[in-house]
Amino acid sequence: MDQHKRIEEQIDLPFLESLRISFQSLKIRFGRSIITTAGITLGIAFLVSVWTNNEIDLALQESGRSSTIATLEEASEQGISTKDIWLIIMSLIVCVVGIANSMLMAVTERFREIGTMKCLGALDGFVVRLFLLESGFQGFAGALIGALIGALGSVALGLKNYGLDLFFYFPLLPATPEDAPMRIGVLLLILFGCILGMILAVIGSSFPAWRAAKLPPAEAMRTEV
Amino acid sequence: MPDIVVKTEDVVKEYRMGSNVLRALDGINIEIERGEYISLMGPSGSGKSTLFNMIGALDRPTEGQVYIDGQNMSNLSQRQIAAFRCHRVGYIFQSYNLLNVRTAHGNVTLPMIFAGIPDKQRNEKAEKLLDKVGLGDRMYHLPDELSGGQRQRVAIARALANDPSIILADEPTANLDTITGREIIDLIKQLNIEQGVTVISATHDLKMLDVSDRIVDIRDGLVERIRNRDEIEIEIGEVGGHE
Repeated sequence: MDQHKRIEEQIDLPFLESLRISFQSLKIRFGRSIITTAGITLGIAFLVSVWTNNEIDLALQESGRSSTIATLEEASEQGISTKDIWLIIMSLIVCVVGIANSMLMAVTERFREIGTMKCLGALDGFVVRLFLLESGFQGFAGALIGALIGALGSVALGLKNYGLDLFFYFPLLPATPEDAPMRIGVLLLILFGCILGMILAVIGSSFPAWRAAKLPPAEAMRTEV
Repeated sequence: MPDIVVKTEDVVKEYRMGSNVLRALDGINIEIERGEYISLMGPSGSGKSTLFNMIGALDRPTEGQVYIDGQNMSNLSQRQIAAFRCHRVGYIFQSYNLLNVRTAHGNVTLPMIFAGIPDKQRNEKAEKLLDKVGLGDRMYHLPDELSGGQRQRVAIARALANDPSIILADEPTANLDTITGREIIDLIKQLNIEQGVTVISATHDLKMLDVSDRIVDIRDGLVERIRNRDEIEIEIGEVGGHE
């Protein structure tokens, strides 16, 4: 058992092993994962619903169908109204802050676990990779659910405002009408929401995970939330 | 010539708290021989846990050097330090530090995953180790489903996973009742004798003195004295206690 030999360098774990550990961790921590994921879902649902509403309004007004809401008639005259732009910016901010906060808390409460893993021989890079994978999965799943909820909510609102006409002029795909603002299309919005949610979740967790991984294990284990 | 496994040279550790600087270690010089059972003793705040962290490469000294197997720890790369923690040392903590989301078996396999040991081999070894510490029938339980003594046994099995040459135990009995604490001490001593593993334990549990080869008394960040086993007479009363 005695080892007088030179201390070797620690090996990198195969990517599949990291993937397996991060899946296991999400599965076992399912309840807590759901709460974190819900934060992402809500942020993306809000963002996608605001944008989808806007898309629906533009598409329907362009088709000449009247809305039951007076302010939207105004909007058709001006393209995207200042109010809409503000709403979109606000939804984006709420989404960024909400997701960053969810991820920050989820990682910070695991500092002790990070310190313990480092005691057992985990490399800093492995710890960061584990958290990035976990947050990436959570981000994608949460954002996909959020985007679908947001889009469906907007469809429901569109049905209320425009009736069944909505389905004839539904802005599913991108369009570039000649005398109206360009539309991204709901499908791309959902995809954009998923990617944004995943990226924000990964960014939100990468800073605390990187910080924790860089700490000496003794300090990481001392950290209390 | 003695086979020195751990040597510290004028190790100083300072913690900065705002404008105040706390000197937890004030120039520690000790040498520990291979196969020894050493107890670092001292009251709370004496610096024994800080020294434990320095020897285990869990923290960096502000000044001074720590040598393990003749190698200066401050010259090691991050990868070498990770390999050192993985292969050379087994850690046992007061609060067990088990990963609550992994079963006892999952906790024991973790250091072997980091060491790159194949699936089948590590599963078999984890089972063997858990059997050895008396948890053969509870290996797929989560830490929350185990008593304090059982959790510490899992921690001991985990510490042995990669056949380390040093076991570092920080107050391993502090959260346990007298009888369970005694069992844990006996288990660590048994490993020390049977496997020749060097045991370095930070403690203020007098029961630890009973099994130690040497006792290093730490006070105010300095080595106050070093006593050999035969220099001290310990009388430890048997105090009953149940978990």
